Amino acid sequence: MIVERARVRGQWLSAVARQRELSLVAIMLVLGGLVSLAAPQFLTLANLTQVAVLASIIAVAAVGEAIVIITRNVDLSVEATMGLVAYSVARILELHALDGPAAIALGLGIGLALGMINGVIVGVLRVPAIVATLGTLSVFRGVDYLIAGSHQVPLAALPKGFTDAARDSLIGIPIFVAVAITAVAVGMIVLRWTRFGRQVYAVGSNPDAAAILGIPSRLVVFAAFSICGLLAGVAGVMWVMEFGTINGTSASGVVLAVVAAVVVGGVNIFGGSGTLAGAALGALFLGFIANALILVGLSQFWLQAIYGAVILIAVSADAFILRRLQRAAMERRIR
Amino acid sequence: MSAQTSVGRPGAMSRLFARWETVLVIALVGLIVLGTRLSPFFLTPGNFANLTAALMEVAIMALPMTLIIVAGEIDLSVESMAGLASSILGFLWAAGVPLTIGIPLVLLVGALGGLLNGLLVARARLPSLVVTLGTLALFRGMALIVLGPRGVSDFPAGFTQLGFGRVPGTAVPWSVVVFLTLAVVLGIVLHGTWIGRQIYAVGKNSGAARFSGVMVGRLKVALFVLTGLIAALAGIILTSRLSSARADAGQGMTLTVVTVALLGGVNIFGGSGTIRASSWRSSLSP
Repeated sequence: MIVERARVRGQWLSAVARQRELSLVAIMLVLGGLVSLAAPQFLTLANLTQVAVLASIIAVAAVGEAIVIITRNVDLSVEATMGLVAYSVARILELHALDGPAAIALGLGIGLALGMINGVIVGVLRVPAIVATLGTLSVFRGVDYLIAGSHQVPLAALPKGFTDAARDSLIGIPIFVAVAITAVAVGMIVLRWTRFGRQVYAVGSNPDAAAILGIPSRLVVFAAFSICGLLAGVAGVMWVMEFGTINGTSASGVVLAVVAAVVVGGVNIFGGSGTLAGAALGALFLGFIANALILVGLSQFWLQAIYGAVILIAVSADAFILRRLQRAAMERRIR
Repeated sequence: MSAQTSVGRPGAMSRLFARWETVLVIALVGLIVLGTRLSPFFLTPGNFANLTAALMEVAIMALPMTLIIVAGEIDLSVESMAGLASSILGFLWAAGVPLTIGIPLVLLVGALGGLLNGLLVARARLPSLVVTLGTLALFRGMALIVLGPRGVSDFPAGFTQLGFGRVPGTAVPWSVVVFLTLAVVLGIVLHGTWIGRQIYAVGKNSGAARFSGVMVGRLKVALFVLTGLIAALAGIILTSRLSSARADAGQGMTLTVVTVALLGGVNIFGGSGTIRASSWRSSLSP
């Protein structure tokens, strides 16, 4: 019976999540129309492509973060992983130690390894995720500083063609956007159709019940953090391709945008519900807002305040809708 | 001590050496010995005064953070509130408003910011991690809007004494006096009054606390208001110590503040921890 009730609730939650993605798209369309009235260059293909390409980096990281948050944990160290991967890849390329593909593989390997460290600390050793990843945020960034010192890898030191991926397209779709879409698609298929995916939701929505059902929650949490690290590694490599100039502080502060994207995308911060498409859309939404604010001519200083306000409005609206639906479901059950 | 023994783990806690505070004091003494060996200038009153002054803003913000975490919530927005306080103080001073009016106004802004956090968490029942992530960006953005990229630094000498000056005849910075006063007051509130008992109760099991007659929502709002107020105070002290008001003041401090509270032995899931340990932990930062 408990399982049954959980399933009923699961259906409601997924219904809300689905609605959330639609509402995000709707808000973006309305906003897009309004913004293009004030700034005609907003709705040009070149501008929208640029927005999507930049948002793809955050979206890839947000997909990993969303998987971790669905297991009722959080990874605050993603920005440090991105930064360390970005610097390592850039520095290796500057030293001509490896060629492009090998350097990318190394970057992904570093990301995966850092994610596994988080996974062991949180999943196996059972340290609260917020404490553990606050710690690894400092440690990973510290290692980054230690390796980088005051050195900065300039764009010119990267091999010719390495940063092209940030600008090139594959059958009309920018490569970065294709990477983000692939991450979302693969992730959603895994979460929806595989045993591991269902276990991710089960661990996040009710850890005790999951344990009683015999779900290896330590392993699931470990895997979630490992995937998050790997995707942060991908985002770190994309960071190098997009910005080219990399130093020890690259990607500082990005975790705010990543977690915000996940939350705005309708993933429940307490775990158990939400979709990866929502998280990626959340990243696109935030990128969209930032771009619109600049084009409308608001100063850079307004950006952060509006950013914060958008997060607050999104979570408030989410909670409001969720509660109404739950009340409706409750009334139906009473009847 | 009574707070801890009644909250659980009675056997272990009654033994002195099992206490987390004791471990921290030993670590601190060890650090001082090590520092003295490494540098002859370490154990000089001047160096100590500078060291302690430099970490007082973090230490002051860690005090209410301890209470918030014991109550099972978190406030990530403190660094931005400190920045907003610095920004508004600088703006008002540059606009010719005397500090006797400016400082109370800034403290009021801090309390209002905390009220916003508190209402969103307690009344709208949103997760504090997300709410304060939002206000972390919001308050910093407001600080940037108010002051922009400029810095205000022509404060009167009397004001810069607060963060920089020492108590006459000693090497103790004034900010340490502020910290100690707050630590003692909040320590008494947490460990010696019914309010403190309620904070532990809410952190342990907020549902049970509500059924026992604790006004959970009101208590949480009050804690967030207190945190906002003290974060603004820390922003004022920071402004005074650097004798410069800037919109980016305090950036990145939240991490240290939370770490200080957590290494002080506060359980992130609420319900345990002491003010004393958090205070001791602050002194390990340098």
